[in-house]
Amino acid sequence: MTDQLTPSEVEPEPPEGSFFGDLTGSGRIDWRSNVLIPALAILSALIVGALIIALGDLDTLRLWRSSPGDALGVTVETVADAYGALFKGALGSVNAISETLTRAAPLILAGLAVAVGFQAGLFNIGANGQMLIGGMFALVIGFQFDLPIILHLPIAIIAAFIGGALWGAIPGYLRAKTGAHEVITTIMLNFVALRLVDYWLTIPFFQLEGRTDPVSKSVLESARYPELIAFINPRYRVHLGIVIAVLVAVGVWWLLFRSTIGFEFRAVGANPDGAKYAGMNVVLLYVAVMATAGGLAGLAGGDQVLGTLGRGTPGFVGVIGFDAIALALLGRSHPYGVVAAGLLFGGLSAGGQAMQATTDVGIDIVQVIQALIIVFIAAPALIKAIYRVRAEAESTQVSQGWAT
Amino acid sequence: MKLELKGITKRFPGVVANDHVDLEIETGEILCLLGENGAGKSTLMNILYGLYSADEGEILIDGEVQHFAGPGDAIAAGIGMVHQHFMLVPVFTVAENVVLGVEPTTTGGVLDINEAREDVRQISNQYNLAVDPDAVIEDLPVGIQQRVEIIKVLFRDAEILVFDEPTAVLTPQEVDEFFKIIDKLKDDGKGIIFITHKLKEVLEVADRIAVLRRGAVVGSADPATATESGLAEMMVGRPVDLKVDKSEADPKDVVLSVKNLTVTNLFGGTAVDDVSFEVRRNEIVGIAGVQGNGQTELVEALTGLREIAAGTVIIKGEDHTNSTPRQIHDSGVAHVPEDRQRSGLVLGFSLTENFVLDSYYQKPFSDGIKMDWKRSRSEAERLIEEFDVRTPSSEIPASNLSGGNQQKVIVAREFGRQVDLVIASQPTRGIDVGSIEFIHERIIEERDAGAAVLIVSTELDEVMALSDRILVMFDGKVVAETKPSETTNTELGLYMAGAS
Ligand SMILES: Nc1ncnc2c1ncn2[C@@H]1O[C@H](COP(=O)(O)OP(=O)(O)OP(=O)(O)O)[C@@H](O)[C@H]1O
Ligand SMILES: [Mg+2]
Repeated sequence: MTDQLTPSEVEPEPPEGSFFGDLTGSGRIDWRSNVLIPALAILSALIVGALIIALGDLDTLRLWRSSPGDALGVTVETVADAYGALFKGALGSVNAISETLTRAAPLILAGLAVAVGFQAGLFNIGANGQMLIGGMFALVIGFQFDLPIILHLPIAIIAAFIGGALWGAIPGYLRAKTGAHEVITTIMLNFVALRLVDYWLTIPFFQLEGRTDPVSKSVLESARYPELIAFINPRYRVHLGIVIAVLVAVGVWWLLFRSTIGFEFRAVGANPDGAKYAGMNVVLLYVAVMATAGGLAGLAGGDQVLGTLGRGTPGFVGVIGFDAIALALLGRSHPYGVVAAGLLFGGLSAGGQAMQATTDVGIDIVQVIQALIIVFIAAPALIKAIYRVRAEAESTQVSQGWAT
Repeated sequence: MKLELKGITKRFPGVVANDHVDLEIETGEILCLLGENGAGKSTLMNILYGLYSADEGEILIDGEVQHFAGPGDAIAAGIGMVHQHFMLVPVFTVAENVVLGVEPTTTGGVLDINEAREDVRQISNQYNLAVDPDAVIEDLPVGIQQRVEIIKVLFRDAEILVFDEPTAVLTPQEVDEFFKIIDKLKDDGKGIIFITHKLKEVLEVADRIAVLRRGAVVGSADPATATESGLAEMMVGRPVDLKVDKSEADPKDVVLSVKNLTVTNLFGGTAVDDVSFEVRRNEIVGIAGVQGNGQTELVEALTGLREIAAGTVIIKGEDHTNSTPRQIHDSGVAHVPEDRQRSGLVLGFSLTENFVLDSYYQKPFSDGIKMDWKRSRSEAERLIEEFDVRTPSSEIPASNLSGGNQQKVIVAREFGRQVDLVIASQPTRGIDVGSIEFIHERIIEERDAGAAVLIVSTELDEVMALSDRILVMFDGKVVAETKPSETTNTELGLYMAGAS
């Protein structure tokens, strides 16, 4: 029997429109590859991270020779302390959660910028630059105009999107018109953006009066993201940014899997020849994809300027745009996956800082864990071999061509 | 060497692709494997070659149970497979491709290209596989590339060679060459497993025939006594009408008018050279020709995928010279493209998404902004039913379908809507006889419903059976125009070879 399937043989379909229930094949979350494998990758990274923590403690390493029993005890304790502090710093208190969410917001938005590129077959390494330009656009609106918050904040947010979109559209256009590979152009534009921002921050229009170092004027209160729970304790920094990030993720999901534009994005990503055959304007699409991605990154820059920082400083986005690549990979380029991964990375970042403050283990280990997660994600065969997850190779096409 | 498959069972989600299959082959014989689209032929061969692992059953060689963890093990056991889409490195030479992975080296580990060249030469002499070891793959025609694949397999000392639909993309001349090659291989003591949908070919070369249906072996036949219609019935499970019944054409007004069309190819040469013709309502025009004589470029130019250098294309009275594919689609043109995997489908997309691939922006599939997946899906399900696409659901990726069923998805999509002009390249490539019958009927229905139909095919039989009028292309030009009733296969063959 190869056909005429009885209903019971067919895998149950998730209900339409539910959180996990995309109607289309590509939007559906296949839990084995999209949930189980990433979860196992995180677990593996934590285990290897534990080993590194253990090996980094020289005194205990010496102890292994004289009394292995004690050494084991000490090692377990060190690792447990470190991970305990990490966990507490990420989720252990209201302040920890506030920090995690504050850090997750720009990560999610930048992660979406990379994910949209991936969905359309483009490798957007330029989130950092797009964030910077978007952030500067928001900054100008933020300090230059004095408007009621109901207008000021939305306009500033839109400006952030536009700034990033323009910066993102450049490599899209170059790719479409000249074939210049977006990996190269986005990397180069990161440098351009970084230095441009350095320069802008030293000219009077931007620079805070009376300062000689490159610090911008402050965003007016009416364009700042309101803090959400500062009324409980002013230490709690979490602001509207996280809400916006999650809403934007839902919007991106809708765009990708429910709209005609998203259908075009994904088609051009999966098969440009097929997209062309189907009458899609591939040139225009490359520009549109990169502009959308850039706009999302711009929102992440806006989150920094209008939310967390309230002003611009050199390289005010740090390496968020690069973490975003890891995050998009971990989230399998699915908007909800990106949200989950963004929360995880936000937690690691907040927890890592707490861990550094309270134990001997430095925050570098967090970076190591993040990197390891990506190594394990990038090598799914490794995870499958370690945990004996049933090979999926058979769902990918092996013998190509007419005869399949 | 004797190869036995015993009780092989393979399940995919929702499908039993192979259901306790028993099969045997010995060296020195040609076994033809027949079966409907989705019957499980390719799956079975992929198991034999170590690409898939069977859920149940075993593979024995000379009575010994084998365990293939991957193609490497199968190759070591003497099994070779010639893939349809060749696994060659386009920028490498023939010799480099042949030795890839098992390179002969000089002391010190340097590639010994002379040795490689010599090996290639020796194999090609032994089996009459003429090919230049120094030619670069991308410059070679498909038929020759296939030879390189065969040499590659022989270089790895294969005793049993598997060919999965090797003739689907070959020209009739190349098919004849190919048969000579496999006969020679047989005489030299190799065993051949040959999969095809062309029953004529089966009767021509097979020593034994096995038929699969719905994953199980349903019978075998002796080529000496078997007939095409008998085989077709065994495959499909019902009598198949191998003749196309159609009434006399009654051509009406002109739908497609091509005047002095000239199109250049990728390298700036002339691919279509000053071609003019018309296709009218209620008429099927067939373009015959050996692959590579400008048909591909002609169709691409007509459908907006390739720039027109000179001349005009008029569709329903409107100038569509260098219109975009979208404009041409919107003017009521259906297009079945030549290469289904390159452009006709997005393999990673679900069937539903593929069914709306070129109409997604229109009602009822969307309002231009928001997709209506519910409607799209019910339309997909309707087409799956109507065109008998064998699939467990409309939501699995197209890559999971068998080759012939992928083709049916495209045909269903393009024929499933109302159009005035159908342009179809190789519409039945890789499709089983039962479905060919159905698709041919549909093409004739389209004609009778008032569409103009342009069929481009390298299958002479198909062109002869379907067309009301035949144009022969050679070297970018239309060299002959005739009617099926006024010509023969032989005469057409001569035109196709350039005689006029
Ligand atoms: N990778 C896969 N994942 C899921 N299902 C698959 C996969 N490969 C094949 N199938 C299913 O298994 C069945 C047999 O497919 P197979 O490719 O073996 O058919 P076939 O006999 O070669 O057909 P064709 O003549 O069309 O090439 C089909 O129903 C197909 O949908
Ligand atoms: Mg097949």
